[in-house]
Amino acid sequence: MQFLSKMQSADGIGGIRNKLKRRESLTDTAFLLTITVSLFVAIYALAIVFLGDKGFSKIQMFFNLFNENAALIVIACGLSIVMIAGSIDISVGGSTALICTACVVCLNKYNFNFFTTLILALAIGLAFGTVQGFLIAYMEMQPFIVTLAGMFLGRGLVALIEVNQIQVANKGFEALSGARIQIPFLGDINKKGIFIQSQLEYGVIVALIIVFVMILLLKKTKIGRSFYAVGGNAQSALMLGINVRRTRFNAHLLCGLLAGIGGFLYLFHTRSGSVQQATGLEMDAIAASIIGGTLLTGGVGNIFGTLFGVLTTGIVLLVVTAIGSQDPWWPQITRAGMLCFFIVLQSIICSRKKKL
Amino acid sequence: MSRNSNRLDTDRSVSVFKAIIRHRLFIPIAFLAVLLLLNVFINPGFLTIGMGRDSNGNPVLVGNIINILNNATELVILAIGMTLVTSSSRGQDISVGATVAIVGGVIMRVLCGSETQPSQLHAPIIVALLLGCLAGMACGAFNGILVSKFNIQPMVATLILFTAGRSIASMAMGGLKPKATVSFGYYGNFIPGFPIPTPILITIAVIVVTIIVLKKTNLGLYTRAVGINDKASSLNGLNPARIKFLTFVILGLCVGIAGFVQSSRVQTVNPFTIVPSIEMDVILAVALGGNSLGGGKFKMTGSIIGAYTIQTLTSMLTTLNVNTNAVPVFKAVIIIVLVAIQTPVFKSFFASKASFSKLTAGNGKERG
Repeated sequence: MQFLSKMQSADGIGGIRNKLKRRESLTDTAFLLTITVSLFVAIYALAIVFLGDKGFSKIQMFFNLFNENAALIVIACGLSIVMIAGSIDISVGGSTALICTACVVCLNKYNFNFFTTLILALAIGLAFGTVQGFLIAYMEMQPFIVTLAGMFLGRGLVALIEVNQIQVANKGFEALSGARIQIPFLGDINKKGIFIQSQLEYGVIVALIIVFVMILLLKKTKIGRSFYAVGGNAQSALMLGINVRRTRFNAHLLCGLLAGIGGFLYLFHTRSGSVQQATGLEMDAIAASIIGGTLLTGGVGNIFGTLFGVLTTGIVLLVVTAIGSQDPWWPQITRAGMLCFFIVLQSIICSRKKKL
Repeated sequence: MSRNSNRLDTDRSVSVFKAIIRHRLFIPIAFLAVLLLLNVFINPGFLTIGMGRDSNGNPVLVGNIINILNNATELVILAIGMTLVTSSSRGQDISVGATVAIVGGVIMRVLCGSETQPSQLHAPIIVALLLGCLAGMACGAFNGILVSKFNIQPMVATLILFTAGRSIASMAMGGLKPKATVSFGYYGNFIPGFPIPTPILITIAVIVVTIIVLKKTNLGLYTRAVGINDKASSLNGLNPARIKFLTFVILGLCVGIAGFVQSSRVQTVNPFTIVPSIEMDVILAVALGGNSLGGGKFKMTGSIIGAYTIQTLTSMLTTLNVNTNAVPVFKAVIIIVLVAIQTPVFKSFFASKASFSKLTAGNGKERG
């Protein structure tokens, strides 16, 4: 049996086509990925040189970049997958807000423990994924309209549950979320000359594991590859015998699951819930995916790039705040500006490819 | 004979009934009627319009209907622009709420300068209106260039302003929250001595202008042509990119007017809370009006009725003491149902059911 399956995957026209397609798409992705990685390195280096006194030269700063963005990394992974499959999901901010508030209420009022909270978060995420996936894949509705409704639904439900901002008041959960990993041999020397070890949150480990698993899923498994096929050209994917509807549904389901995990990590980090929470998170996630080289048209992209997309946006925002502008509007405008730049860049690359 | 004519009569009445149901304006009008009935059921005095006095003692018209007509102004104006954008570019502009905030910010900056409580306006109101419209059109042009020149899906292109817009508005006002003088409030409330709220007059004016433009120019035809098939329209000598761009700029103008009315209502603008989630309402109004969100043919009357329907729904939910932040829940459900009804999957499913029932009915007759 194993031999047979190996035969099938190794040879055959499908395999060759896949290889050809992957090599072609790699050039685009590699180009965008190179831009992203070099941008990240360049900005970080410049920040260390010019803004070193504002904390950029500290090693903890690098780890904080991960600590702050663990949830976003997971959610952006989900969005990349959906975008690779040729769809989009802008409901993740709404579902994150809903997960946070629902979990906080359950932790405070009904004495949920860590695991029941996790299950609740995953259930909400999966519910969003399932319903949206069904409407988009099987009812053939526009993904944008469906997930826009999902976004408002999520935020509206938060207001139905709890109007005000609430904090976690659950000792066990607080203790767990306050825990940090001490990194051996790495750290900074503070003003008093004492060596402080660098700290990493447990959420970051989860996020990195998820990134790793998703890279494997997209590269090595049938489900992952069918995302690329459907996103690249649904018609030819159908002719190759891929169940296009189920693939789209799977993509949204996976995105919902990752939004659930991401929402839980968000709660784990912030320990509070409110209507206005995670505003613009969907935008950050989309921006990170796009910056990481995922094409909006579908069929092209990788998770590794998404990770760097998140880190790049993170470092740019840190730099913008550190440059000394106290005005609250700059981070949002910078984000939008970066998104605009990369969207236009993609569009130019795509139109060039068409001409060739 | 008599039996035959009887059958003909029933057939005719059935076909008239079907024609009414199949009419494109059936859904919005029926929905509006149901909502009005529900409102009358909740509050028997819902439809009465009376004369009251405003805070300055001037006689004004009061009543729930007047309130709905008044509050729907922004929605109607935006729905007109959105219908054109939807039709030509097969997508929606989700940045309208944010650009209304930008327009409001610009108007406030022009009127108040950097004072928070100016004793007199820094510029004539007409200048503020023009600059506001210009700001709206600039935002529309930005979206339009991204959509028409760079071929980006409209919703992704407008996502940029959707995020940044409210921050840009805050920047335009310099982080202040100025309050203009009362004379600026005439356009969002009442002109002293005139009993009808000014926004209603503005709505009527905008609707009349729209009707004239659609009747006298080829805008409607060209927009439909581009929306149905942009390749075919370009073979026929149209420039699809220019027409898409034009519709976005027109939407920008609508945003300018809506932003002017909105900021005149309380003479101040909070960029982060002004017209919350109005993009959803506008898209809902367009969908409710029987327009396909996938572009192509459009019915302006439908969108306008749709906008009034949404406002009726909102005010009904407010009467029922639903939290403002929770209102989108109901709208989200309605929009999903409405769009689901429009999908070909749903239609073909029901068409097959109907033909199946016809078939079985025929069989039954033969047997009898």
